[in-house]
Amino acid sequence: MDKSSQITQNGTLMSENQNTTPSSLSDVAAKRAEAKVAGTSPLGTGLEARGVHAWFDKHHALEDVSLDFSAGTVTALIGPSGCGKSTFIRTLNRMHEFIPRTSMAGQVLLDGKDIYEPGIDVTKIRLQIGMVFQKPNPFPSMTIGENVLSGIKLAQLKVENNEDLLEECLTRAGLWTEVKDRLSAHAGGLSGGQQQRLCIARALAVKPKVLLMDEPCSALDPGSTLRIEETISQLSKSMTIVIVTHNMQQAARVSDYTAFFLSDGGPGQMIEVGPTNEIFSRPRDERTENYVTGRFG
Amino acid sequence: MSIDTPAKVIPAARKITTKPRVSDQIFRGIVTAFSFSALLILSLIAIFLLLKGFTTFKEQGLGFITHFEWSVTQDEAGKEVAVFGLQAMLIGTVVISFVALVIAVPLSVLTALFLTFYAPERVKKVLVTIVDLMAAFPSILYGLWGFFVLMPMAEYWAKLIQKWLGWIYIFDVPQGVYSRSPFIAGIVLSVMIIPIITSVSREVFSQTPLDRIQAAYALGATKWGMIRAVVLPFGAGGVVGGSMLGLGRAFGETVAVYSVLNIVFRTNFQILFTQGGNVASMIIQKWGEAGKTEISALMAAGLVLFILTLIVNFFANFVVTRAVKSGR
Repeated sequence: MDKSSQITQNGTLMSENQNTTPSSLSDVAAKRAEAKVAGTSPLGTGLEARGVHAWFDKHHALEDVSLDFSAGTVTALIGPSGCGKSTFIRTLNRMHEFIPRTSMAGQVLLDGKDIYEPGIDVTKIRLQIGMVFQKPNPFPSMTIGENVLSGIKLAQLKVENNEDLLEECLTRAGLWTEVKDRLSAHAGGLSGGQQQRLCIARALAVKPKVLLMDEPCSALDPGSTLRIEETISQLSKSMTIVIVTHNMQQAARVSDYTAFFLSDGGPGQMIEVGPTNEIFSRPRDERTENYVTGRFG
Repeated sequence: MSIDTPAKVIPAARKITTKPRVSDQIFRGIVTAFSFSALLILSLIAIFLLLKGFTTFKEQGLGFITHFEWSVTQDEAGKEVAVFGLQAMLIGTVVISFVALVIAVPLSVLTALFLTFYAPERVKKVLVTIVDLMAAFPSILYGLWGFFVLMPMAEYWAKLIQKWLGWIYIFDVPQGVYSRSPFIAGIVLSVMIIPIITSVSREVFSQTPLDRIQAAYALGATKWGMIRAVVLPFGAGGVVGGSMLGLGRAFGETVAVYSVLNIVFRTNFQILFTQGGNVASMIIQKWGEAGKTEISALMAAGLVLFILTLIVNFFANFVVTRAVKSGR
């Protein structure tokens, strides 16, 4: 439990200094400190993984990962291919179980409640924990507008004003100005980067507390990547974000915390977690240092 | 820039050839020959029907399709007077096939959805085999089953439908005879085309891109919501194409329909009533006692059916390829 206590310690420390260093990290820490004091926050208390294991059939892919994603923070999961970070993020909103013959152990707590508890309505969980995938996957049979509102329709939610929601979500995803004149055009006509931002807008429409992003920029050009990173910084003010990325500069740019995953041939493990600047400047584990300095991986 | 810069020379495209080995040429010849044999057989059949039916087309003209009489009589001078009109049979064919589609499409789509998204692996294997077996089942057995087992039950259903929906023209029955109706023939046909539509639908449903399925689930969709938002739009073209293939079979079905339908040369849209038509069954019915003139007419009828089926299949192909291009 070294890592979580480290975060907390760090957070408290930062919140004391918030007047002198108004960086985004201290904002976040302040927010969390407030939440801890008040007991509740509009963002909830965040997401927490406790002792998560994952298997594909008999292959043990992920071993004993515990991570605390405090409300309102951005956490980057980094590590070489096959280290289990994608598998891990997919256990966080129960997408892992869609692959046949997979299993998991451990707990994932959303606002302190286990999302794997028997009898829980998994569709409600996924409404609160949205996901953006590696490959942009808008629904090609729907228009741009319909795509954004598709989650509302799928979950049969009631919305007072669709138009407002549409504009809000597309604005937050940084796509509004580009598509506002062609909302009834089909989504397939957008570029890859636009499609990915459309997918973000779609995920936002159902007002999730947590947004999981599984290498959202890996299929995109640098310009689109930049737009999406800006979007992430905007979003982090109002939700908890977990992002898997292969790009360490990206992790450094967008995240408050970074967790390093590694597999030594066996199941993937979480080696180290901490504030992003510490992980990149003075990691405690030698393996982390080798990875972030580009010596392997 | 100087004026006497040499003009850029663009060469003509080279001709690229490859000389295959003899063994390759031989194999190529065999493959080509066999693949064209299907086309050859099909055209020969069409030509045969056209030649045999030519006199009928010449004598009856367009009336062969628009009239609904079928008779060969002799006038006072003992001369043969033949009137052949397929209208009742053509409309009958369409009516029966339509009844079959209305029953078979929903059943097949639901079956395909179950097999693709709900059935456990072992149940799926067994069911797929059974459904495929249904397609290979001899049609005379469907006919016998239709006659002895289905008809008594279907008559009861027909009476129920007539009682409650009889105010709609197509469900009305002018005289209280319910057996051997287009409705019953349609049910038998529907059972026969379910395997075709099911297997085509299953095939397209199973090709639904996984990332779209996951996108729907990640938005909090239920399984049914996911199917509606992702699978059905994706598979719609395939379902239509499969239905068209089923329709093609329904058009041409002979024996099964013949066993359960009362073939009457009167255009009838009242599907519960005991008269109907079907080109293929009509040919079977008239065949045994047909004279030379009538044989020609039956051949001509065959050609019309052939063309009708060809059009439907062509259209099915068109719909499927278009769906593959656009909806995905």
